[in-house]
Amino acid sequence: MKPPAFDYLRAESVGDVLDGLAQQGGDARVLAGGQSLMAMLNMRLAKPKLLIDIMRINELRRIEREGETVVIGAGVRQADLLAWPKLSEALPLVALALPWVGHMQTRSRGTICGSLAHADPSAEMPLALVALGGEVLLRSARRRRRVAAKDFFAGMMLTARADDELIEGISLPIVKGARVAFREVARRHGDFAIVACAAMRTQSGVRLAVGGVADVPTARDWPKLEGSALDDALNAFAYELGARDDVHATARYRRDLVRMIGRDLIGEVLQ
Amino acid sequence: MTRLKADSRHAVRFSLNGKPVEGEAEPRMLLSDFLRHQLGATGTHVGCEHGVCGACTVIVDGMLTRSCLTLAAQVDGCELRTVEGLAPSADRLGVLQQAFRRNHALQCGFCTAGILMSLDHYLAKNPAPTEAEIRDLLSGHICRCTGYTPIIKAALEAAAELTSAKKETSDA
Ligand SMILES: Cc1cc2nc3c(=O)[nH]c(=O)nc-3n(C[C@@H](O)[C@H](O)[C@H](O)COP(=O)(O)OP(=O)(O)OC[C@H]3O[C@@H](n4cnc5c(N)ncnc54)[C@H](O)[C@@H]3O)c2cc1C
Ligand code: FES
Ligand code: FES
Repeated sequence: MKPPAFDYLRAESVGDVLDGLAQQGGDARVLAGGQSLMAMLNMRLAKPKLLIDIMRINELRRIEREGETVVIGAGVRQADLLAWPKLSEALPLVALALPWVGHMQTRSRGTICGSLAHADPSAEMPLALVALGGEVLLRSARRRRRVAAKDFFAGMMLTARADDELIEGISLPIVKGARVAFREVARRHGDFAIVACAAMRTQSGVRLAVGGVADVPTARDWPKLEGSALDDALNAFAYELGARDDVHATARYRRDLVRMIGRDLIGEVLQ
Repeated sequence: MTRLKADSRHAVRFSLNGKPVEGEAEPRMLLSDFLRHQLGATGTHVGCEHGVCGACTVIVDGMLTRSCLTLAAQVDGCELRTVEGLAPSADRLGVLQQAFRRNHALQCGFCTAGILMSLDHYLAKNPAPTEAEIRDLLSGHICRCTGYTPIIKAALEAAAELTSAKKETSDA
């Protein structure tokens, strides 16, 4: 199908975007890489009155180290971040997860922040943000605020972003010498995950984050667990995520994957 | 800042395979439709219109792009390449196209334009790809006829031929 009618605004500055969002509120949508939004428009699942194209704003295209964090602007495409020479060293978990986001042909256009705004429960970048404990940098004509990853995702495709807010960027912590692992099960590489897991060694033990099961990516911290204590913890976590049956997989299969991948990844990072 | 009104048509200009083109489009017009219906460039095909099949893949400013997930208005002033630009002349196929033909890498041809654009773009940057890399690239396309095996064969053959052609020119 074809998109419904809307005005198109080619923003040249962040100010243009914020003015547009302030005036049109919930009737306006930011257009970033278009890899989710355009499909929704074509299917008429969204009917905005105004699209605000942010991809010609140079100041949003930054990938910068700021102290112990990396700030990634709203104009940074997934392919740009993959090509960033410091990615594996500064953000090894993102380096592992990003190649699983869609295909080369969608990563070339899709942005990191667009994926977070879209908040698909199976998406890899929201999972990475939650696993790393990053922050979302929101800005409207009224104010600027930072929201922690765990407070940003509010439900399936729902976030804490207000209608007049632009995600200006995100901030991800650089965890020195972090041991991280990532694994995903999908029908084909490039499809959305049935289950995706990220694990990270922390100071006191280990963190496991799971996407594709609950409505939002969910992280859990444990002290160093082994053997049956680990199995029990993983089993309880798998049930707490509230898996549901759908066309792709049963709830039981999803719980199985959480237990199995969880155990493997935790073993990997604690080794 | 430019704001284009929903209910009127606006000029869109860009470069298509090296030549300047222009037409008019409402903001909601997809690039795939603009290419096919406004410009008559029907080499680019439309399969699913939600980014999944890859038939509509073109290159915009050096980026692989689903033209069905792109508005014509978005590419104003950009440089586009489509399947019409692949052949060196009207009566000759390019190396990749010849390899497709030799290997029966197309049957109905519906998916072909998109796959050729992905491969052309990829081989230019990665002249010695592995089979696994070609398979990964092809995950962004759906072909219902060939079973992909001949496409992979054609891609690897074209890569080898392009590399040896380059060697010959540089040795000379
Ligand atoms: C075939 C295919 C396969 C895919 N597979 C995967 C996959 O496996 N995993 C995955 O995670 N994704 C996948 N995607 C989606 C991914 O490619 C998108 O890039 C991503 O979901 C959205 O990013 P975008 O920049 O394209 O955003 P857009 O599509 O432009 O926008 C998406 C939404 O976010 C809003 N938005 C975007 N940027 C901002 C901002 N800065 N501030 C406020 N709101 C904003 C928009 O208004 C819109 O509501 C796939 C897409 C396709 C077409
Ligand atoms: S028509 Fe664009 S991807 Fe299928
Ligand atoms: S040749 Fe028919 S779909 Fe690929």
